[in-house]
Amino acid sequence: MPDTQLSPGAIARLEEIRIAAESAIDKQAALGPDVDITRFKTVSEQQKIETLESLQKQVKETVIHSGFMADESDRSASYFQMDRTPIYERVQKAFDDAIEITSTEDALRLWPEEMIEKYWWRAVMPDKDKYTALVALHQTEGYFIRVKAGRKVEKPIQACLFVSESNVSQNVHNIIIVEDGAEANVITGCNVHVDVKEGLHAGISEFYVGKGAKLTFTMVHNWAADFSVRPRTGVVVDDDGVYINNYVLLTPVKSIQAFPVAKLVGKRSTAVFNSIVYGLKDSIIDLGSEAQLIGEGSRSEAVARTVSMDQSTVYSRGRLIGRTNDCKAHLDCRGIVQSAESTQWAIPDLASEGAPGAELSHEAAISPIAAEEIYYLMTRGLPKDEAVSMITRGFVNIDIPGLPDVLRKQIDKAIEETSKEAM
Amino acid sequence: MTSELPGPLLVIEDLHVSVGDREILRGVDLTIQEGETHVLLGPNGGGKSTLLNTIVGMPGYRVTGGRILFKGVDLADLEIDERARMGIGIAFQRPPAVRGVRLRQMLEVAARGEVAEDAIARLDEELNLGHMLERDVNMGFSGGEAKRSEMAQLLAQMPDLALFDEPESGVDLDNIAVVGGAMNALLKGEARISERTRAGLIITHTGHILEFVNADVAHVLYSGRLACKGNPLDLIEEISSHGYDACVECKLCQTLS
Ligand SMILES: Nc1ncnc2c1ncn2[C@@H]1O[C@H](COP(=O)(O)OP(=O)(O)O)[C@@H](O)[C@H]1O
Ligand SMILES: [Mg+2]
Repeated sequence: MPDTQLSPGAIARLEEIRIAAESAIDKQAALGPDVDITRFKTVSEQQKIETLESLQKQVKETVIHSGFMADESDRSASYFQMDRTPIYERVQKAFDDAIEITSTEDALRLWPEEMIEKYWWRAVMPDKDKYTALVALHQTEGYFIRVKAGRKVEKPIQACLFVSESNVSQNVHNIIIVEDGAEANVITGCNVHVDVKEGLHAGISEFYVGKGAKLTFTMVHNWAADFSVRPRTGVVVDDDGVYINNYVLLTPVKSIQAFPVAKLVGKRSTAVFNSIVYGLKDSIIDLGSEAQLIGEGSRSEAVARTVSMDQSTVYSRGRLIGRTNDCKAHLDCRGIVQSAESTQWAIPDLASEGAPGAELSHEAAISPIAAEEIYYLMTRGLPKDEAVSMITRGFVNIDIPGLPDVLRKQIDKAIEETSKEAM
Repeated sequence: MTSELPGPLLVIEDLHVSVGDREILRGVDLTIQEGETHVLLGPNGGGKSTLLNTIVGMPGYRVTGGRILFKGVDLADLEIDERARMGIGIAFQRPPAVRGVRLRQMLEVAARGEVAEDAIARLDEELNLGHMLERDVNMGFSGGEAKRSEMAQLLAQMPDLALFDEPESGVDLDNIAVVGGAMNALLKGEARISERTRAGLIITHTGHILEFVNADVAHVLYSGRLACKGNPLDLIEEISSHGYDACVECKLCQTLS
């Protein structure tokens, strides 16, 4: 936490955050199964490392599934947090003056006034529920990424939040700032060590997309079957800014509930949400997104594809709120239920608040692959199981900009495995 | 390999087929030799598509009597894909759209593997596929596009027996010429992979397609049977002036049974 030279305003604001959080520490979330947060101890300190190559082999192999590469030649910057410690933070030489990457607690120490005034708990409220409160009161770092004005960084910036112990909670607070006219492509993976069983990940993410800036944010979750995950994300997009959110979940999880909110305050600002979700084992998955169309000419699109297997329960939500006359948004969520023991909900939710000109629409569907389509592929010589997997792959193969190849391959593999099971 | 196959390519014997609890085909007999192109005529709803769908093995078409032999093998217990790999191909009248599966992928499936770029380029040139290659197959395709896409898939598959369900329906004259050209290439062309001479069975209402494809013989499917056969152009002419009812009684027809 920052030192003593803080302005009275900043001190008052931190106090306000603390009080708000304390009032909400027992507040259940509106959605998702309740998690008893008192059962977990906070994650431990770990040793810093000099190079990503020096990570344990098993760790490297785990994180690669979420697009995190120990070989940084295709990355512009990296952040690796093991449990509570940022063990590695590096910007590649060519991007030295374009990117800042550090832990959020260090960012708060380095630029306390600016952080508190503009970014610290400004896009997510600390008293939203017990998980935001937990992070506000017992934060265990998180990444801070800033891309400087006008700098268009194509090479991905990668961040990994790793949990290596069981029965802990990792309470991260992440902040990404893409300044005016800048562009960034951030890939974050949340992973747990293969031996980890129970645990909680509470992750606050606050993203700020400047005027004419663009942030492509890809998140891949790779959890353990007994892990509970409660991300809370708020994104603020300024004039002509573009925010693209890609989310991929291919592994079982105890429960995950997330509902990122994009506030499109800027004129002609845009938010796009793409998600591919596999419901496996007895996972309880409750995911969605909200776009608040506030700025004149704002646009949003949410595309979700869900395949559920086994005993999984999946909620796919999407909310569009039009608050200006000139705005337009569309939701497209489709699901395939591949097991008689699985449940899926598709819940589109549209509101025009005092905006008679708002154009909001949705298509939601839950249906099996049409037999007619399977037979069609079979008439070209493809066996039934391959036909099913090809169509399923097509179903989830939404156009995801910035999705790393390794992830595309992962998705293909998951589809192949699950289509065989579904036969 | 081919010389080991003594008999005809396709033999259909006394075939009875029901859809739901309705019997549609009531004793169809048909023999197609290698290299032959046959035409199937008949009134709407008469069961022409039913016959083709039964040959390819579509579920829902229940064979209640008789049998189909392809290359001497009884097809009864073979799945759709097994029949396709044996060498049966079909161009559907109204193929279903498949979201997320591009035409290019369908060509790869049909050709069983990667299709060389120059092979794709040849198909593209012949059938004017253009941007269709990267579109989801049949998704929003116009009538002509859907037919060209079906033809491209057959040309990639190169089946020994090609079945065409109304290849000219809903297609303008320019497209009929393109589709007809492709059918010709498939049935008679030199771009053959195997030594076998391909055979075809074409359903047509109007006979327009026969301006581009030479057919050897036509059959009229009437009352669930192949009521007569004869020269394709003569039969079409007779039907267009006198109708099916008169045709099956007329002297042009060689009655089969
Ligand atoms: N898949 C199907 N489901 C229900 N009825 C069908 C189906 N296919 C064909 N039929 C019925 O079988 C009869 C013959 O149809 P079809 O074979 O399409 O005739 P044609 O192609 O000669 O016009 C019609 O009465 C039609 O309604
Ligand atoms: Mg028909």
